[in-house]
Amino acid sequence: MIETEFAVVGAGPAGLSAALEAGRAGVQTLLMDDNQAPGGQLVKQIHKFFGSKEHWASERGIDIGDKLLVQAQKAGVRVMLDTVVWGIFNGGKILAIKQGDRNRQVLAQKILLATGASENPLAFPGWTLPGVLGAGAAQTLVNLHRVLPGTRVLMVGAGNVGLIVAYQLLQAGARVVAVVEALPTIGGYGVHASKIRRMGVPILTGHTVKEASGNAEVERATVVRLDDRGAPLPGAEREFEVDTICIAVGLHPLAELAWICGCQFAYIPELGGHVPVHAENMETTVPGVYVAGDVAGIEEATVAMEEGRLTGVDVARCLGYISDRRAETLRGEIQARIELIRTGPFGDALKEGKEKLIERRG
Amino acid sequence: MRVTKHPILGKMAKGQEVEFEFDGIPMRGYEGEPIATALMGAGVKVFRYTVKDHNPRGVFCAIGRCTDCVMRVDGMPNVRTCVTPLRKGMRVQTQTGLGAWEEGR
Repeated sequence: MIETEFAVVGAGPAGLSAALEAGRAGVQTLLMDDNQAPGGQLVKQIHKFFGSKEHWASERGIDIGDKLLVQAQKAGVRVMLDTVVWGIFNGGKILAIKQGDRNRQVLAQKILLATGASENPLAFPGWTLPGVLGAGAAQTLVNLHRVLPGTRVLMVGAGNVGLIVAYQLLQAGARVVAVVEALPTIGGYGVHASKIRRMGVPILTGHTVKEASGNAEVERATVVRLDDRGAPLPGAEREFEVDTICIAVGLHPLAELAWICGCQFAYIPELGGHVPVHAENMETTVPGVYVAGDVAGIEEATVAMEEGRLTGVDVARCLGYISDRRAETLRGEIQARIELIRTGPFGDALKEGKEKLIERRG
Repeated sequence: MRVTKHPILGKMAKGQEVEFEFDGIPMRGYEGEPIATALMGAGVKVFRYTVKDHNPRGVFCAIGRCTDCVMRVDGMPNVRTCVTPLRKGMRVQTQTGLGAWEEGR
């Protein structure tokens, strides 16, 4: 049995930030991740972040993960990679882990679940054919593993993920034949949309993919125009010869561990679906168990980092490493920065979603 | 297709190139990269066939969550190839249905 004051599950932006904040305050912290490398999904984000300096503006995700890890290790955080947390017992006090081939337990006073999110699938005829894959999957393959899933791509979804990954596929040498978006307007930032349009990629709003077809792999995609109510218009089909169809229709929290330890959930569509109910300090309805980052509602990596910090501060306060007053000051600063991020075009919906979550916690 | 040159990431820096086997065919990939990307780099997209309808499947999530890319590796079925590092001499096989252990393993 490994004993620690604070156990963090997931070494993405939220987990790294929480571990760093707690570690700096003197909390004995163990950070675990099932991947071979830390950083979570930052490891594939090669675009520059927006916003202020506090939010790593003009830095690339791939560099942020590395920097956070170095800082966390300097702060004395113990990092265990290739470590799967597969169970949570005793009311959220004991974690069952598999490190390589070895099964172990971790006993912790406080636990943070920073397990991130998973991409939503989209079901249409042919969607299971090899060549249909998540946009985030394509991003991982190209930017991290340096292999293209195909050379002619249709992107489904014009939110930020769809637009950014379309651009990154172009950067890697693929051809993007079109981006289709079922809604009448582009969901992502104009700057990302303009970039790919300038490179000749049409963005077809009010269109969706109707079918993928091919022998054993994707060979073509049928795209159809939708009417005002979102129904396919008869005779408004178009075919594209593609070998890859990327699905970018949102993410949902990866919250299995929160479910099995009995956290209360709320269904909040603007945050990605079923989300563990949590208080302002990020604690769930199970005492001592926290959530931060995408598992606590889908937002940006910058918010994930701030939520991680909120958790770290609260854990340090509860365990007596910082005073209530100091914690209050830090929390105020972090909250102000989160507010700033949420002033963006999607901020209001996210803010409302979060308020609903926190209300239910009471 | 490999992304050998990249405007942001620069030249590809991978591990040692090693040989492995895919359904008995010798192939080359980079040691330590996921088995799945070694296969995709060699143009392989179909990783398994489903149990009922024998439909082909390949990589879907690429981060070890969806299990669409599972194959038999060194005789062990249901290995998530998108998160399992490639090693020299690995025997990778297309999986059918629920997968079966190799005899004697």
